[in-house]
Amino acid sequence: MSSDISNSGHKPDGGSAPQSAPPLSKPKFWNDPKKRSLLFQILLLTALGFVFYTIIENTLTNLEQRGMTTGFDFLSREAGFGIAMSLIDYTEASSYGMTFIVGLLNTILIAVMGIIAATILGFILGVARLSDNWLIAKFSALYIEVFRNIPLLLQIFFWYYAVLRTLPAPRQSIEFLGSFLNNRGLIVPAPVPEDGFGLVIMGFFGAIVASWFIARWSRKRQELTGQQFPVILTSIGLIVGVPLLLFLFSGLPLGLDHPELKGFNFKGGITVIPELMALWLALSIYTAAFIAETVRAGILAVSHGQTEAATALGMSKAKTLRLIVIPQAMRVVIPPLTSQYLNLTKNSSLATAIGYPDLVNVFAGTTLNQTGQAIEVIAMTMAVYLTLSLLTSFFMNWYNARIQLTER
Amino acid sequence: MKKTLISTAVLMVAMTGTAMAGTLETLKERGALQCGVTSGVPGFSVPDDKGNWKGLDVDVCRAVAAAVLGDATKVKYIPLNAKERFTALVSGEVDVLSRVTTWTQTRDTQLGINFAGVNYYDGQGFLVKKELGLKSVKDLDGATVCVQSGTTTELNMADYFRTHGITYTPVVFDTNDQAAQAFDTGRCDSFTTDLSQAAGLRTRMQDPSAVGALPEVISKEPLGPVVRQGDDTWFNIVKWSFNAMLNAEELGLTSANVDKMKAESSDPNVKRLLGLDGPKGKGLDLADDWAYQIVKQVGNYGEAYERNVGKDSPLGLDRGLNALWNQGGLQYAPPMR
Repeated sequence: MSSDISNSGHKPDGGSAPQSAPPLSKPKFWNDPKKRSLLFQILLLTALGFVFYTIIENTLTNLEQRGMTTGFDFLSREAGFGIAMSLIDYTEASSYGMTFIVGLLNTILIAVMGIIAATILGFILGVARLSDNWLIAKFSALYIEVFRNIPLLLQIFFWYYAVLRTLPAPRQSIEFLGSFLNNRGLIVPAPVPEDGFGLVIMGFFGAIVASWFIARWSRKRQELTGQQFPVILTSIGLIVGVPLLLFLFSGLPLGLDHPELKGFNFKGGITVIPELMALWLALSIYTAAFIAETVRAGILAVSHGQTEAATALGMSKAKTLRLIVIPQAMRVVIPPLTSQYLNLTKNSSLATAIGYPDLVNVFAGTTLNQTGQAIEVIAMTMAVYLTLSLLTSFFMNWYNARIQLTER
Repeated sequence: MKKTLISTAVLMVAMTGTAMAGTLETLKERGALQCGVTSGVPGFSVPDDKGNWKGLDVDVCRAVAAAVLGDATKVKYIPLNAKERFTALVSGEVDVLSRVTTWTQTRDTQLGINFAGVNYYDGQGFLVKKELGLKSVKDLDGATVCVQSGTTTELNMADYFRTHGITYTPVVFDTNDQAAQAFDTGRCDSFTTDLSQAAGLRTRMQDPSAVGALPEVISKEPLGPVVRQGDDTWFNIVKWSFNAMLNAEELGLTSANVDKMKAESSDPNVKRLLGLDGPKGKGLDLADDWAYQIVKQVGNYGEAYERNVGKDSPLGLDRGLNALWNQGGLQYAPPMR
């Protein structure tokens, strides 16, 4: 904005300068476009600041007049209500501030799970839609058209009420691989690390570091000699193999906490509540349809000449896709992909409709209502979504900048 | 959520302005009372098959409309869930909140609202499937319980289970209807809410006879109409509209006999209630016959009780605590003089 104003102000100034050149007196500051524009900007900022100050001041005064409590003291008060699912220790005796954190973590959990699933599914579908196989291409097209065009809320309801609600009761659970599926959720055995499991974890991270060095070495070698090294296969071998070997040699240091039906519900194991499953399925499936279209657009944006050139060089189809098409398509795909990730994160607030304890349900729901401090609670909730979105978009912009085509 | 956001936005804007016109003037200008009700609790506020709202809470709205506008039908019902209700009231979206709302200290003193009376003395209970053969709330150890979010119910349950060392998993829904349905389809082992609402919601379940309430009543739930703080005239109007219904029952005035009584009765209490004598509508800024209009168009408290939740309704609840004070209950209105 500032450059705009000063630029447009510059031209008449530049034009009039030669005429009034001989008597060189300092122009009055209001005749100096630079200072003038600065003045206007300061005035505008002051006015804006005043407007916000008035809004906040008036709100506070009026809230006080109505006898409504304000401020953030409530965050340290005891919450006194239970939450169905929490990633951290939470009891009814925890504070309202803790309900904020529990809700926030649950929101992040669903967002991350959704983003991973939607990305994988979306990329497969996007590539599949361009497949030469008629059946695969049409299936993908059908999937995209169906799921993209049904409102997300309805899809959540579908998964929750029509699919997961109709599962059998705990006593008649569907049992497989030591896990149980019923209308209370999916209960899987929980891994319990024993002595020596730390070694396995260290092996895992060690393998990751080793893979990174191998990748660097192989890149250098390829630049120097042109010889290729199977980096990906080696890395997978290392990352899976090393921890596995360590795990076997240290005497399987991992117990399983098997779920058992006791009383009303299963005790032990990890319970994935149906609300989470429904929301995850709906969000991933819905967003995947959009991501698929983005991926398709990205692939189509790579000129056909590139593919033909690759074929002319004798590259296989898979290799062409992996080495020629996808790296170039990514440049087109990343920015709209970011939008989809942001949408997914924000859409996860629909959780409240089926009672998944996310930030909106727990904090902007129960906590808001029990404390009555709507303005503070909603402001905090909005700030969270804003921050999450900004972080996602910051990361994606960084990644985008990295993979941009560097002109040589 | 959307509603909460909108209400909060309205609240922000409303709080930004410096002064608010009196509720009574605004209402007379508008020509209709805006009344916040539930999104469907049988017996308290629920639309019938023709779309007319019916219920004990609805009758409070109708009584206020009759007193202020002389016409009990001039009410716009705004369904709110438990989470939206106070924000909607304070931001001015509704004039009265008559929505099975429990009177508590926090709500009365920190939310900028006032409770104008108690139109139903209730308590919290637990519904379970009879086939489980449970005898007491203490048998619910390890159970999953469906509950509506943003209610005192949610807090009472947490308190009760915590003090009795019972473990449980709450599954929280936006409306009581959803919570009841989730219980019905087996998502939860139990459903907890105020017993009167449980009785109403039970009638809608697949097999109401297979569902029973556990004997414990774990809380006091005085439910009543609520108004914004800071408008005392309006507070008085709502308070006395309800008191008029109670006093009418005590004096034996019903919608059927009120015209006859008005013409014939020489009882000074009746005369004062009907506005022929005494304080009339003066202090309330209402027409002198405001209480007459309530009794004529809505009826007394007993009539409202019996047709909505009592023996003339599918709920069939006894008067119990909600009988008049001189009949062994708690309902007691200050005299009109």
